[in-house]
Amino acid sequence: MGLRRIALKQGADLDGFRLATRRLVAAGIAPHDVVWCAEDTPVLFPPQAAEEASPIALPRRVAELIEVVVCHRDPERYALLYELVWRVLQGERALLEMQADPLVHRLELMQKAVHREVHRMHAFVRFRRTKSRPNGPDHFVAWFEPDHFIIEAAAPFFVDRFRSQIWSILTPFGSLHWDREELRVGPAARREDAPDGDGFEAGWRSYYESTFNPARANPAVMRAHMPTRYWRNLPESAAIAELLRAAPARATAMIERDAAAPAKRMPEKAVAAMGDQAPASLAELNRLIAASEPMVSSGSTRAVLGEGPVGAAIAFVGEQPGDQEDLEGRPFVGPAGQLLDRAIAEAGLDRARVYVTNAVKHFKFEQRGKRRIHKKPAAGEVAHYRWWLMEELNFVQPRLVVALGGTAMLALGGKAGPVTRMRGRTTFLGRPGFITVHPSYLLRLPDEAAKEEAYRAFVSDLRAIRRIVEDSVTGGAADVRRSA
Amino acid sequence: MDDKLTTKLRILADAAKYDASCASSGAPKRTAGAGGLGSTDGMGICHAYTPDGRCVSLLKILLTNYCLFDCAYCVNRRSSNVRRARFSVEEVVTLTIEFYRRNYIEGLFLSSGIIRSPDYTMEQMMLVARTLRRDREFAGYIHLKTIPEASPWLIEQAGLWADRLSINLELPSEESLKRLAPEKEGASITAAMGQMRERIAEAKVERRRFSPAGQSTQIIVGADDTSDAALLRTSDTLYRRYALSRVYYSAFSPIPEASPVLPLKQPPLQRENRLYQADWLLRHYGFDVEEIAEGGTDGMLDLEIDPKLAWALKNRHRFPADVNEADREMLLRVPGLGKRAVDRIVAARRHARLRLDDVARLTAGLKRARPFLIAADWRPGALTDRADLRARLTPPTRQLSLF
Repeated sequence: MGLRRIALKQGADLDGFRLATRRLVAAGIAPHDVVWCAEDTPVLFPPQAAEEASPIALPRRVAELIEVVVCHRDPERYALLYELVWRVLQGERALLEMQADPLVHRLELMQKAVHREVHRMHAFVRFRRTKSRPNGPDHFVAWFEPDHFIIEAAAPFFVDRFRSQIWSILTPFGSLHWDREELRVGPAARREDAPDGDGFEAGWRSYYESTFNPARANPAVMRAHMPTRYWRNLPESAAIAELLRAAPARATAMIERDAAAPAKRMPEKAVAAMGDQAPASLAELNRLIAASEPMVSSGSTRAVLGEGPVGAAIAFVGEQPGDQEDLEGRPFVGPAGQLLDRAIAEAGLDRARVYVTNAVKHFKFEQRGKRRIHKKPAAGEVAHYRWWLMEELNFVQPRLVVALGGTAMLALGGKAGPVTRMRGRTTFLGRPGFITVHPSYLLRLPDEAAKEEAYRAFVSDLRAIRRIVEDSVTGGAADVRRSA
Repeated sequence: MDDKLTTKLRILADAAKYDASCASSGAPKRTAGAGGLGSTDGMGICHAYTPDGRCVSLLKILLTNYCLFDCAYCVNRRSSNVRRARFSVEEVVTLTIEFYRRNYIEGLFLSSGIIRSPDYTMEQMMLVARTLRRDREFAGYIHLKTIPEASPWLIEQAGLWADRLSINLELPSEESLKRLAPEKEGASITAAMGQMRERIAEAKVERRRFSPAGQSTQIIVGADDTSDAALLRTSDTLYRRYALSRVYYSAFSPIPEASPVLPLKQPPLQRENRLYQADWLLRHYGFDVEEIAEGGTDGMLDLEIDPKLAWALKNRHRFPADVNEADREMLLRVPGLGKRAVDRIVAARRHARLRLDDVARLTAGLKRARPFLIAADWRPGALTDRADLRARLTPPTRQLSLF
């Protein structure tokens, strides 16, 4: 049997190669009996029955390699690929792992060259803004001259990145057009079809010039990464010659210039003021917190700040604002807050004379239908807010800090643990403290008897808190009691 | 783009260029929504190269080069006579978006001189990142150079919007810092690094976004007399203690308006290059600092040959290694064999015994590897122990430095 001549389309004809390979393999034709060529309008195989061209099972890496190498401009690519397929089917299933094999080595190099060219297209395409019609939307158009048949392989990157703008990339091998919805592959284009300038190019060139360090000129490395054949389509490359010409003189000048007498810039006041940036009052701190971004999932209305007098003897620290607190912007006004108020009164304390705040300042929730369901803040989120809490307490200077529940305990002491077991007096990083449950825990208990018992225990904790604060005062009595 | 903005861009890009880090890698894969702009694929692209051979990936600028600090190595210190400028938040946002739309850049690398107070400055930087991300739906890369003297909560806020935060260590020792950067404090720098490490780790566990590409730092080489071994020890500690993703070494470069306390000559660029190679050995090749230091003399790396070859020449008793038998760890120590070459060797030798020709196709560094290797058809014999081996493997001196 003589030589078989296979004609494929110009460019990367993956479909044509796949079809031809299936038929050649089915017919048992060895690589040395095939001649491959590319034509503008190849005579396709006469339509034949589908069973003659059934798919071939190839290792995935082989299939992937073929997809890439067909984009190479080397006319021999199809012959090399067919030889690979042939050898793999003849039993060398692991051929691709033998990168020392000359055929594999060559194909690997070709694959690398195609990948590199795709990468360079991603890097070196430069869009210019124009309008396809007056008063129409912006159209970004680029002219690019790739070395291999890669425009379709490179397209997904541009679609992902510039999804919201209308763009076209024109090349001598074909063109890509994106209209914000669909990618169209069009015919080859000419340089004149692309706009010849853009309002931001001068700015970009200025940036390029300014970011160059003349003391480190190294044009060989530049050329290795950005070969000169791309330069004619890169607006910044116009600056290169002059930058290199002037570099030695600029560098020498920098060194030789006698350190000119430095400006006597000693702005004492400004430098001194700089160290004094911490907020000077609780109100100032609160302004910062209010302006901050929620660290927990967004959607909360506002930061809920602490409430109560500076200098209060007791500071209660809860977990985070709930639905109602978020809407009203005040801590402990929801059901748990009302329960806390009741218990505080029953323990003989005055709500107006204690300070109440939360470990986390924003409401974290999960939307379920119309309801916003409370979600426990994660440890990292608690840590985010810790700085604020500590600053807050530094301003209030309470004699006793009460952690209501586990989150507050974690925020104050840096350690998590079961509240019920750690309940009672403690110290939080040197600060006298007390751990008790969060009032919402009482609300969640299922049966009334347990609820009542837990409430009693909570009130007795509050009484103990009152005693601690009263005892801690020498001289003037701690004024925490409810006035009659 | 109007002339005033171009002039500012020239001043503030010039002021930012001495910062070495430019990588736009490590961000999680993402693409903008239908109305937004941008994508990251974890790799980062160099969109251009300047004639110093460095990649232009990000729009690397300062928000302002006015500065209250007086760090001797810095061109922007308050006593320097350079021209000053300041961008508004909106100007930085516009430049970033417009450059990005034309495919000039991967994103923004924003740094700043300290004006008014560290907190004020950090807040302005945070606002740039927030405006880009939230108001303009920008999904490209954002790297903020954090100001360690700023309050912790501002750094936390910045981490919500940036892909990477970095804090420059600048000088490897507290003593040099005191001498050359009087307003800076080593303790606040490392404290900020520690804080950042915690937040990044927590956010990963909780699947939240906080500086997902990690944190990096920069050390200036040659502005003081710290040895290479000491520098590498510092890096090693930074990698381990603060889980940094990268330490950048920046050979001290002569700057216009240099301060008189600085050395007059810059260190050879080759030193920076060798430090990067050593850093690589540290992170990916299983070497420790003492082994690397052993290759040089008096704590300085050999400038003529790469640190792996330097180590191998002093440890010839451990060679030759057999490409067909030696384990991965040993092959990684062979000069001329990179990580990828070793992977290929390990894959290929499962199918056939490798000859020297085969190895030549798997690595570009065969000339350096040959004296340290055994292949099916090759034994180096006495070559490994020849007294002139170093001379044979030393590349002809190429003047990398201009001076």
